[in-house]
Amino acid sequence: MNQHSPTDQRPWIAIPHLDHLWFQVAGTLCNLTCAHCFISCSPKNDSFGFLSLSDVQRRLEESVPLGVKEYYFTGGEPFLNPELTAILIETLRYGPATVLTNGTVLKDEWLTDLRAAEDASIYSLEFRVSIDGCSPEMNDPVRGAGTFARAMKGVAKLVQYGFLPIITAARVWPIEQDRAIVDRFLEVLRDAGYARPRLKILPTLHLGAEETRTHGYLPSERVTSDMLDGYDQSQLVCHHSRVVTDRGVHVCPILIESHGSVLGQTLSESLVPFAIEHGACTTCYEYGAICSNASSQPLGQEALG
Amino acid sequence: MMRIALLGGLYSNYLALEAALVDARRRGCEAIYCLGDLGAFGPHPDRAFPLLHEHGVACVRGNYDDSIGRELADCQCGYTDPRDNHFAQLSYDYTLANTSPANRAWLRSLPGEIRFDLGSYRVLLCHGSPRRTNEFLWESTTSTHFLEHLADEHEADVICGTHTGIKWRRDLAGGRMFVNVGVLGRPENDGRTNVWYTLLTHRRHHAPRDGILEKSLALCDPPHAKREDYGEIVVEFIPIEYDHQRLAAEMRAQRLPEEFIETIIAGWWTTCLEILPAKERRRGRW
Repeated sequence: MNQHSPTDQRPWIAIPHLDHLWFQVAGTLCNLTCAHCFISCSPKNDSFGFLSLSDVQRRLEESVPLGVKEYYFTGGEPFLNPELTAILIETLRYGPATVLTNGTVLKDEWLTDLRAAEDASIYSLEFRVSIDGCSPEMNDPVRGAGTFARAMKGVAKLVQYGFLPIITAARVWPIEQDRAIVDRFLEVLRDAGYARPRLKILPTLHLGAEETRTHGYLPSERVTSDMLDGYDQSQLVCHHSRVVTDRGVHVCPILIESHGSVLGQTLSESLVPFAIEHGACTTCYEYGAICSNASSQPLGQEALG
Repeated sequence: MMRIALLGGLYSNYLALEAALVDARRRGCEAIYCLGDLGAFGPHPDRAFPLLHEHGVACVRGNYDDSIGRELADCQCGYTDPRDNHFAQLSYDYTLANTSPANRAWLRSLPGEIRFDLGSYRVLLCHGSPRRTNEFLWESTTSTHFLEHLADEHEADVICGTHTGIKWRRDLAGGRMFVNVGVLGRPENDGRTNVWYTLLTHRRHHAPRDGILEKSLALCDPPHAKREDYGEIVVEFIPIEYDHQRLAAEMRAQRLPEEFIETIIAGWWTTCLEILPAKERRRGRW
């Protein structure tokens, strides 16, 4: 039960303002079945459905009086939604848009239209392309055979259309190897024709398929109220974001399958405090800003040269 | 008519500051404000302070000023990418080591925001945004309704900030506006060596002079303006040329990173690029 009472000792996070509105625009449908997917998306998982253009339009209108700053689109694979291009074009009338894709299904006609829409807008259209490592040997065991090559082709296509995709890699390697892997990854991207590559490293989230690939969160891995003393709560996704699915408005894109994540049917209803009592909240707490476009590292860790 | 000058991040570029102050006085500015981040990036951080005092420049406390003033471990710039943080830290360590105790104490005394009226417009000067000192408000990633929300929430008709390093403005409903005043500290990633500051000029009109003007002036009036107090705010971005070769030579003598010096000489950002949104990044070279 997501009710905040004065005697409740759980760590509650209020949302002072809805900055980022996410859309689970392709539900849980994906053309890939990644071994680390935190919501177990696959070609057969339709537990969450698509959002239509009219669904998104309604939410965009609802977001205006709330002063939402940016819009994000995820899935599943967003480009499986046949209305995605129209949705992104519509969104660029309201504000900046970011779409998270695996880069394997991009079509020229979509990119032609999206290039024109971004050029006509004052806002940025960002593509985040998921590739989990700088080689097929690193990526393919996680994302599926042949996906490294296919995603790299998608990156080349985006670059050809004048986009600067943010390559997003889940850290499926020990963190100590970050520096070497980032350097190698940037080199690989440059060799593939992406002259000024952007790269975001994400921590893995031990939910969904990832619980089987590695492990889930231990019961002891929880954020406590004491841990919030002196902590910059704006680092937490639930402090500034909500996500729309076909079931309602949830607290964040990571927890859509978790109990108690639906906070309302309208955006306004969803702007209530949330108890960060899930294991995944510890990852968000530890790394900060994990869903934003810029990269993140464990908070307080020495900068990487 | 009343005209004021708004200076964005100085980043220790005291040569550009000197040139901007002369320019602002020549243009008849009655007041000059700085929106924070006095240090960073450039050489000899202490050299900007006497100029600010001499010209009576009222300053907002930026994230850098807060960090240097309180001798914190980092600049609180708000970068998250390790590559951005790497260069930010080099700059911060140099600036902290070269800012005098007296200047650090003065930085601690600066306010987080400055408010005043320009005609009937309520002006709010901040560093990043009115709600957060180090918030990046980029032109391409800030929706208009978000800016409307800030203007409502903070009861301001004209909100001015800096922090991102690139100037821009957006007109809001009811004649309100948001202005990013740019920075004097370094060029704005366009291949030119000049830097920028901003003039706000309030032109008063006591009554509408004809039908067309009445309409345009009414659009410019803030919601709370009195009928007899017609007026408009004109925003001008002013380019400032300065001796950038001298600055580069001084930076080199101080052993600041060659990447910073390249930016001063070539006008393209070479560091702290990962924070840039797509549109702003595309306009640059790197």
